[in-house]
Amino acid sequence: MSLLRVEHLSVTLRNRPVLRDVSFDVEEGECVGLIGPNGAGKSTLMRAALGLVAHEGQSSIAVMRDADRARAAAWMPQMREIAWPVTVDTLVMLGRIPHMAGGQKPGAEDHARVDAAIAATGLEAFRQRTATRLSGGEQARVLIARALAQDTPLIVADEPVAGLDPAHQISTMETFAKLARDGRSVIVSLHDLGLAARHCTRLIILSEGRIAADGAPADVLTLDSLRDVFGITAYFRDTDQGPVFQPLSVI
Amino acid sequence: MARPALWLSLLTVGLFVIALTLGPAQIGPFESLGALIVDDSSPLTMVMREIRLPRAILAVLVGASLGLSGAAMQGYLRNPLAEPGLIGVSGAAALGAVLAIQTGVAATVTLGLPLMALAGALIGVLLILALAGPRGSSLTLILAGIAISALSGALTSLVLNLSPNPFAASEIMFWMMGSLADRSMTHVWIALPFVLVGGGVLLSLGRGLDALTLGEDAASAMGIRLTRLRLVLVLGTACVIGATTAVAGAIGFVGLVVPHILRPLVGARPSRLLWASALGGAVMVLAADIAVRLILPERDLKLGVVTALVGAPLFLHLIYKTRSQLG
Repeated sequence: MSLLRVEHLSVTLRNRPVLRDVSFDVEEGECVGLIGPNGAGKSTLMRAALGLVAHEGQSSIAVMRDADRARAAAWMPQMREIAWPVTVDTLVMLGRIPHMAGGQKPGAEDHARVDAAIAATGLEAFRQRTATRLSGGEQARVLIARALAQDTPLIVADEPVAGLDPAHQISTMETFAKLARDGRSVIVSLHDLGLAARHCTRLIILSEGRIAADGAPADVLTLDSLRDVFGITAYFRDTDQGPVFQPLSVI
Repeated sequence: MARPALWLSLLTVGLFVIALTLGPAQIGPFESLGALIVDDSSPLTMVMREIRLPRAILAVLVGASLGLSGAAMQGYLRNPLAEPGLIGVSGAAALGAVLAIQTGVAATVTLGLPLMALAGALIGVLLILALAGPRGSSLTLILAGIAISALSGALTSLVLNLSPNPFAASEIMFWMMGSLADRSMTHVWIALPFVLVGGGVLLSLGRGLDALTLGEDAASAMGIRLTRLRLVLVLGTACVIGATTAVAGAIGFVGLVVPHILRPLVGARPSRLLWASALGGAVMVLAADIAVRLILPERDLKLGVVTALVGAPLFLHLIYKTRSQLG
């Protein structure tokens, strides 16, 4: 079953075309890595697909009613905003808002989802800490937990691993990959092509507002696409410990 | 939730009773409360029902309005320095009242002053909505509010400046300091419907304000309709602030300080802060109005002067504490 269908999506911001005629489907069980240079339109594509920015073309999630959309997809913006000094527990519980009516107290299901999200991000020791006083990387994990707690078939995350230490970069991507194995789907934008190659089931390369390539990591990360889109050379091998990818130099 | 709510409620009730038993006529508290409940057609019953009761009720209404709308405004703008006056409604209401005093409407027409103030608030809120646009972000709302505040402030100054009547000018000055003295039950009936409706819609914003902790984009993706939230916030604030300015004048600092003090006590959650700040605002205004009557009772100390005198040092203390926490 398709969780997201994007057809001929175009976005123009201040008379500048940012996205041009982008189409793709996301099926259940996919961990889609969205890669591309700065300014390629990755964030805009995710926001338009979620209906957060005015666009032409169709997105199956953008056309939903607000309440339905919030149960279909969770969104973790690139800007990691935590406005008030709330505890980690409280912040992760915010992810349950779409499942609760106004004024309703969290039930057993809500607490269970929050517990699971906190366990998945390794935040057990931080539950009663004030979220705004954590380090940048810890805050990022709290916000990932918040998105997980929303418990949606699709999670869309804009550079969730930026600023995380290597262990948490890997564990975050493994969390996403596990969600995909369990039949959910994740769209994640990232700049670390090595992580993308190892953990994503599929990569979409975005270049100047268009899809330059879309497919399995091994098919997409070619010397040609790296040269044309990213302007780099790289070392890429399938080893017995999984794919290894290392950017080498700027062309 | 339970503990701050409980002691804030107890404090409100306690201060409400003290406010009722306090007055220039030296009468015992039980005697005066008895006269309030049982109508023995004595002068004391009249004093209690016509003078002290409306004053105490208005203190609660005004304080709750200021605290609640301050908490809602801070939650929406995600800024602890926001206050209800920011959207310019209090300035516009004050201008309406000033015009009523200057033109003599306040003296000749029954309730001319509060009604003109309400009209001013209504024009102010319509201008805000027109200026800020139907979609727009929180930034356009702030800018539109500052513009309306500045404009109504300038017009108020102009009225004072050109006033040929020094009595009207000094009456305006005193009115603008804010007071609850000499208000009647009619003032309560004017303010009450607006405060109930406005307060009700502001309290309904809790879920959206909680979601906004994560920013506008994330809140929107969680199903919160931000344009609707902003419209409700502006209309609710306009109702409560327009009505309270109309009956009590401009009372500063309550909407700013109360949410700030209570935020740590409710775990900083915007939805819980709404209730707490409504009670906290009532406590602060009741206490200030009691202070007004205890200190210099013969000089008619103005309520707005006291709230600012208490509020500003309190605020400085909070800033100092925040600074030392940040290191």
